[in-house]
Amino acid sequence: MSRIKVKIKEQDLTKIREICQAHNNEPGELINVLQQTQEHFGYLPAEIQEAVAQELGLPVAKVYGVVTFYSFFTMIPQGRYPISICTGTACYVRGADNVLQEFKRQLGIAVGETSEDGKFSLNCLRCVGACGLAPVVLVGDKTYGRVAPDGVKDILAEYQDKE
Amino acid sequence: MTRYKMHLLVCGGTGCRASAADSITESLKESLQEHNLQDEVQVIMTGCFGFCEKGPIVKVLPDNTFYTEVKPDDTGEIVEEHLIKGRQVDRLLYEAPEGGKVKDSKHMDFYKKQIRIALRNCGFIDPENIDEYIARDGYFALGTVLSEMTPQQVIDQVKESGLRGRGGGGFPAGLKWEFAYKNQEQPKYVVCNADEGDPGAFMDRSILEGDPHAVLEAMAICGYATGADKGLIYIRAEYPLAIKRLKIAIEQAREYGMLGEGVFGTDFNFDVQLRYGAGAFVCGEETALIHSMEGERGEPTFKPPFPAESGYLGKPTNVNNVETYANVPVIINKGAGWFKKIGTEKSTGTKVFALAGKVNNVGLIEVPMGTTLREVIFEIGGGIKDGKKFKAVQTGGPSGGCLTEEHLDTPIDFDNLLAVGSMMGSGGMIVMDEDDCMVSVAKFFLEFTVEESCGKCAPCRVGNKRLHELLERITQGKAEKKDLQRLKNMCHVIADTSLCGLGQTAPSPVLSTMENFWNEYVAHVEDQRCPAGSCKDLMRYEIIPENCVGCTACARKCPVGAITGERKQVHEIDQDICIKCGACVDACKFDAVTIK
Repeated sequence: MSRIKVKIKEQDLTKIREICQAHNNEPGELINVLQQTQEHFGYLPAEIQEAVAQELGLPVAKVYGVVTFYSFFTMIPQGRYPISICTGTACYVRGADNVLQEFKRQLGIAVGETSEDGKFSLNCLRCVGACGLAPVVLVGDKTYGRVAPDGVKDILAEYQDKE
Repeated sequence: MTRYKMHLLVCGGTGCRASAADSITESLKESLQEHNLQDEVQVIMTGCFGFCEKGPIVKVLPDNTFYTEVKPDDTGEIVEEHLIKGRQVDRLLYEAPEGGKVKDSKHMDFYKKQIRIALRNCGFIDPENIDEYIARDGYFALGTVLSEMTPQQVIDQVKESGLRGRGGGGFPAGLKWEFAYKNQEQPKYVVCNADEGDPGAFMDRSILEGDPHAVLEAMAICGYATGADKGLIYIRAEYPLAIKRLKIAIEQAREYGMLGEGVFGTDFNFDVQLRYGAGAFVCGEETALIHSMEGERGEPTFKPPFPAESGYLGKPTNVNNVETYANVPVIINKGAGWFKKIGTEKSTGTKVFALAGKVNNVGLIEVPMGTTLREVIFEIGGGIKDGKKFKAVQTGGPSGGCLTEEHLDTPIDFDNLLAVGSMMGSGGMIVMDEDDCMVSVAKFFLEFTVEESCGKCAPCRVGNKRLHELLERITQGKAEKKDLQRLKNMCHVIADTSLCGLGQTAPSPVLSTMENFWNEYVAHVEDQRCPAGSCKDLMRYEIIPENCVGCTACARKCPVGAITGERKQVHEIDQDICIKCGACVDACKFDAVTIK
C-alpha cells in the first residue's frame, strides 16, 4: 500500500526505488540518494521527497529538513540555462554585485527564481575557484570571465534564440 | 615505452579550463600530428600552475618556457617556432612588471619566493596517471611507513614536525592522530575534509585536481598510524573535476595495491570512499561534517566529545583537511627536522594562499610561514591593480579580519594573525584598494554568515541577522551614533555565546574593520558619506553643466532612462529614477558626470 497522496507517475516511482535500492535503502545514504534523484528529475518537489522518505523508511520531515538545509538541493525546477553568479569575495571586490543586479533587471526575476518561459534561472554561488577571471558567471557548464554589467546583454543574447 | 624529448604542460586548473585549456590541448596535439612530432613531444594536462591571472598557461619542458594567455590559435605558432625552429614565441612570454620578457619561469618574481610542498606536483604531473606521481617519489612514504615504522613512530614524526591543521583551526595534526590512535574502539575512520567553502579560497580544490594521490597516500599513512582501515573524503558536489580525478586516482591506487586489502603486500588494509557535500559552509566544522556524512542536516554539536572519541557513526574518527594531508608524505620522506626548518617556530612548514582581489597576480601561491604580507602582496602578487593604493587585505574568509598598511610587515603565521585580530583560516587572501568600502565588506561577509548559519543556536541565527541589519542601516546612512556601540556589543555577545566556530568568528570581519577603519564607520553615520564612494545609497550622480556638451552618449547608455536633455543641451539626471549603476560615467567622454 502506498502512503503517497500526491500523484506521481509509476515510472518516476520506479526510478526512485532504483536509486534507493542502489544504496541498499540505507537511511545514512539520504544525501547521496537525493543527489541522484535531483540529477534525474532536475529538482525535488514534495511528492518526490515523500517517495524517497517512504523507500528509506524515514519521516518526510527529515527528508524535507535535509533538502532545505543544503543549498545544492532545490524544490523548484531550474531553467534550461541555469545562470550562476559567483559572489565569492574575489568576485565581490571586482564588481560581482553590479553584474548580479543587471541580470536581475534584464531577466525580471530574483535570485532563486526561474523565468516564466522556463529558460533561465538565477542563482548565486560562492567561489568557483576561478578568481583570476573575476567576476565570473556560469551559464550551465560554460564559464564567462571578467564579466561587466554591460556584457550581460550579450551573454543572454547567446541563449535567446536557442530552445 | 616512448621517450619524449620535450613536454608541453597545459594548465588544467579550473580557471584555465574556463578559458579554453581543453581546446588548446587538442589543437597542440593536432599541430604535433601535422608535423609528425607526436612521438617526440608529449602534451600533458596538469593541475593548477597557480598563476591564474595570466591563464591559460602552457609551459615547455625542459627549458621552462612559460607562455601566458595562450589562445587555441597560438598553438600552431608554438609548435612551428618553438619546437621545430627552436625560437621562443616572444609575444606569448610573460612580461615582467619592470619590463622585459621572462624567458625562464624560474626567474619570475611570482615563483621566486615560493616553496612548494603541498603544491609540489601541481602543474608538474598528469594527475590522472599514477606512474607520474610515483616517479616523483609518490607512495614512497607509505612504503617506508609500512615496512620500517611503528604507528607510534609515525605519530611521533608528525608531532615532531609541528604540522598544524591547514583548514583554519591550526590544531597540531600529530596530536589529533595520537588521540585517535589511543582510542581502542574499532572500527576507526580517517576522514579528509574537502568541503572547501570559504569564498575566495580554492587551494584544496587545486590540490585534489592537480595531485589527488598525495591525499590518498597521506590518508593511508594516517590510517596505519591511527589503526583505521577506512578512509572517507567529504567533498563538495560542486567540484566535478576534483571528484572525477579522485575517482580515477582511487581506481589506479587499488590496481597498484596501494589501497585495498594488503597494501604493499603487508597485512594492512585501507580503502577510501567519497562522500558528497551538498553545499553548506558549516559542514567544514568537523562535527557538522560528520553529521552530514551520516545523511543528517549538517549541524555542529558541542565538543567534547571530539571526533577522536566519538565521530562517524559514533566511532573514533580523525579529520584533517586536504592541505594538511598533502604535507604528510613529504614529512615522512624528508624528515620532521627538514620540515621544521621551514617556517616559524610555532608554525612550521608552508601555507598555500589563494591570492585574489585587486592585486596584479591573482593566483595560488605557497610560501614559508613567516613570510610577510608585504612580500606576498607586493612581490609575489605584483602590487595593486591599476596603480591604485593598497587599503586592506582580508585573510581568513568570513571568520577573519581586514588588516591594514601597518600590518604589512607582520610575518604570517597562525598566532601572529590571531594577535592582530584576523586569522589564517583556510588561506584566502583578498586584497582591497582605496575604492573598497570597509563597512560594505563587513556587510558582505555578514550576508554570507547569515545565509550559511545552520540555525541551531540563537546567537548565530538571530544575532548575525541583527548585525547585518545594523550594517545595512549604516551603509544606507540611516544609522545613529549609538548604533555603533550597539554593533560592537552585539559582536562580543555573538562571539562569546555561539556554539561552533562559525558563529564565534562571524563578528570578526565587523570587529576588525571597526578597529582599523573606525573613521569610515563614523563618516557613514555622522556625515552620511561613504569615503570610498562605493555605498550606492550615499551616492549621487550629477552632471557638471560646464563640461556637458549635450552629446547624448550618457542618455543612450542609461539603462533606466533617468537622463534627459536635448542634443547640444546640458543633460540632467533624475535622482528618483537613477539606479546608480555608473554607466553614464563610463559613457561620458568629457568628464561631465560626477559622483557626490
